[in-house]
Amino acid sequence: MIQPDPFRQARLAGEQLHPFHGGLRLRHNKKISCETPIEKTALATRYFVPLLQHTGREAEPMVSEGQRVMKGDPVGCFEHLGSGCIHAPTSGTVTAIASHANSHPSGKEGVCIVIKPDGLDQWTELEPIADWQNADPAELITAIRQKGIVGLGGAVFPTGFKVSEASQRGIHTLVLNGSECEPYISCDEMLMREQPDSIVLGARILQKAIGAERTIIAIEDQMGVVNQVLSKAVKRSGADKIDIVKVTTIYPEGGEKQLIQVLTGLEVPSGGRPTDLGILCQNVATATAVARAVTEGKPLIERIVTVTGNGVRRPRNLLAQIGLPIANLIDQCGGYAEGASRLILGGPMMGYALSSDSNPVIKAANCILVMTEDDLRPVQPEMPCIRCGECARVCPAQLLPQSLVWAIRNSLWEETEDLGLGDCIECGCCDFVCPSHIPLVEWFRFGKSSLQAAARERDQAKLARERFESREARLEKLKQERKTRIERKKKALQDRSDKQDEIAAAIQRARSRQDRKS
Amino acid sequence: MSRTFETGGAPHFPPHSSVAGVMLQVIYALMPAIAAHAWFFGPGILVQLILAIAFALGFEALTLKIRKKPVRLFLGDFSAVLTAVLFALCVPPLAPWWIALFGMLFAIVIAKHLYGGLGYNMFNPAMVGYVVVLISFPQAMTAWLPPLSIAQDSLGLLDTMVTIFTGNPPSPLSWDAITQATPLDTLRTGIASGQMISEARQSPVFGDFGGLGWEWIANWYALGGVWLLWRRIINWHVPAAMIGSVLILGTAAWLADPGNNPAPLQHVFSGALIVGAFFIATDPVSGCTSNRGRLVFGAGVGIITLVIRRWGGYPDGVAFAVLLMNMAAPLIDRYTRPRIFGQ
Ligand code: SF4
Ligand code: SF4
Repeated sequence: MIQPDPFRQARLAGEQLHPFHGGLRLRHNKKISCETPIEKTALATRYFVPLLQHTGREAEPMVSEGQRVMKGDPVGCFEHLGSGCIHAPTSGTVTAIASHANSHPSGKEGVCIVIKPDGLDQWTELEPIADWQNADPAELITAIRQKGIVGLGGAVFPTGFKVSEASQRGIHTLVLNGSECEPYISCDEMLMREQPDSIVLGARILQKAIGAERTIIAIEDQMGVVNQVLSKAVKRSGADKIDIVKVTTIYPEGGEKQLIQVLTGLEVPSGGRPTDLGILCQNVATATAVARAVTEGKPLIERIVTVTGNGVRRPRNLLAQIGLPIANLIDQCGGYAEGASRLILGGPMMGYALSSDSNPVIKAANCILVMTEDDLRPVQPEMPCIRCGECARVCPAQLLPQSLVWAIRNSLWEETEDLGLGDCIECGCCDFVCPSHIPLVEWFRFGKSSLQAAARERDQAKLARERFESREARLEKLKQERKTRIERKKKALQDRSDKQDEIAAAIQRARSRQDRKS
Repeated sequence: MSRTFETGGAPHFPPHSSVAGVMLQVIYALMPAIAAHAWFFGPGILVQLILAIAFALGFEALTLKIRKKPVRLFLGDFSAVLTAVLFALCVPPLAPWWIALFGMLFAIVIAKHLYGGLGYNMFNPAMVGYVVVLISFPQAMTAWLPPLSIAQDSLGLLDTMVTIFTGNPPSPLSWDAITQATPLDTLRTGIASGQMISEARQSPVFGDFGGLGWEWIANWYALGGVWLLWRRIINWHVPAAMIGSVLILGTAAWLADPGNNPAPLQHVFSGALIVGAFFIATDPVSGCTSNRGRLVFGAGVGIITLVIRRWGGYPDGVAFAVLLMNMAAPLIDRYTRPRIFGQ
């Protein structure tokens, strides 16, 4: 049989929908936060803008204490990425650059730029690209890079990076991901309802920047009016290469790899990226951020956050600045309801629990979920694995979680790699169904970090060996050089003494000649 | 004012199932068959159930204590109870009380806890217990009753208990008077003495397909099994592969030599095949975990059962077949690993 060319097959994305392995049908719980329009947050008394908002290294601060900043001024920069900045969410004074609670998954404190607003909320000078349709793609990419745009679906990978890489790989399809498969989260749905034009504009800009032929906006089949609203916006824009595709709501179909499988029937190769299939995937909120960055010159300083759960009184979606303490968001939603017992950044399946609401909003914060004791119920004791295989049945990555846990527990690291630990997307499906209440995802996170640590150690050992070897070589070379130098000197001395001898002999001879004469 | 919270790992949902829940549902699914058993063969099964459960829980508690494990937690998981129920369903209804004692000793202490307890046992504990008593006490284990409808003497609850606890039926009854060979036994001795299948089947112990009464119990097992499938407690792979392989091989043998081989449906409805397919070979701990592995496992159990029934030393072979395949399970799992996404 002739193997169909995946690239060509991927071009048919969206024409037909395909199933993916496993997954869960979860209760949506989205309605509670969709009843009121998106609200702007009030100005806070302090903003804490973390310099670390995703995996990797902290940004370098670009301001100093006491400095005045305007809204949109860069305050931190990732030197090592060559781009990607963090910007001031409002105008005011930098009062401190200090360690503060951060909303990072590690749960550790991090350096934050603390800004005291001046209440004017004044923009810095903005440099929009007026005529983006005739702009050079490179110019668009530079704007995306400089305005600190990152993936707003939760992965917060720098968009400029992704886009510039994609522009060199021959991308045919841009997929805008509007399917939020996690329960409770509704920020993308509300965004699509309220700002469809901005999404379509972002889609067109991205499509131009990467040179794609078409765009697919994927939405869930349960999103009601969104389809209509978006279709109208596409029509208004006059763009003809944008299709809207409804996908079935099964968790985690909003995961990048699962969505691509649903749209194309193809699997993103293990360790690869969607660009290997000629597809670039971006979240719909990222598209609006791109539109703002290019056409208005505004950096990413705010995002829509769903504040929801039975633990808040009036769940809703807020347009919140990065750096705003989460407590302010909760206040704006009427405060905590009785029994609020867990504060989660993200959704109930993949989000992580925060220890305090003084943590700031970060670029990854799509949802602040407050769950009550009733939602969580007491923790059940862990039982041994009974090998029921439920975890494997629901795993979208087609792994064997029960074997993986066993391998991690026994530190069989090679086995964990064979079993595909690296392909686990940490969706939590396995954990959710496990009758033995084994904290599978926690084991996988632990396993992955152990693998990374081992890899780092290997790298370091290699580096150390290389350093040692090159030092040895250098020393050897020096020794050699010194040796030859000494030899040379010796020889030179020898020569000189020989010469002196000669001279002395000549003098001697001359003397004796004179002596004879006299 | 900032407020602090307890943290915890994702996913932030209460678990929606538990080991105890799984085990209990399997036990519920066995109820119709237990009722049918009592209907056809009298109250002996109920006494056997109570005995086996009591011994199982006793041994479980004792070993947990010795192993310094949380006794309450593990007693509450119902796995020992399920083992006891499956075991009781395999022994003759009038078997003496110490059969349950020995069976549970081997099932719980040796097969389960010596291998590491729940989740670690390599062999199906109920089948280990059954096979041990079957080999050690062949006489007591073959003293089966005829269905009440064709029995000459039937025992009430009191007589049943006297028989079980003293080891002998109350006078004037005798073992010979109340017991009868099972359909599979009858078939086997019939063929051994040169009878054709059709002749052997003249015996009143046979029904339409399998044994009289037995086939109805098998139906109720199947019903419980289908309920478990619907509840997603078990997957279709093992029962389908097991029954399918018996049907295919049985048909082939029957077509080749109908005189010496029973009809395929008779195989399916005789002995422990249906209960084995839905309740025993589907035990997750000692079976295979991948779907392809389960197909292989089920087919293996079916084939070995047929081979034992035809050529082996015992009339039924489901228990032996399950134990043999238990041994092969880790190997099968190794070679039937599903392909990882994107690899
Ligand atoms: S779901 Fe839990 S008990 Fe079942 S096989 Fe997976 S890890 Fe084991
Ligand atoms: S968390 Fe990992 S192993 Fe578990 S279901 Fe998701 S991808 Fe599979």
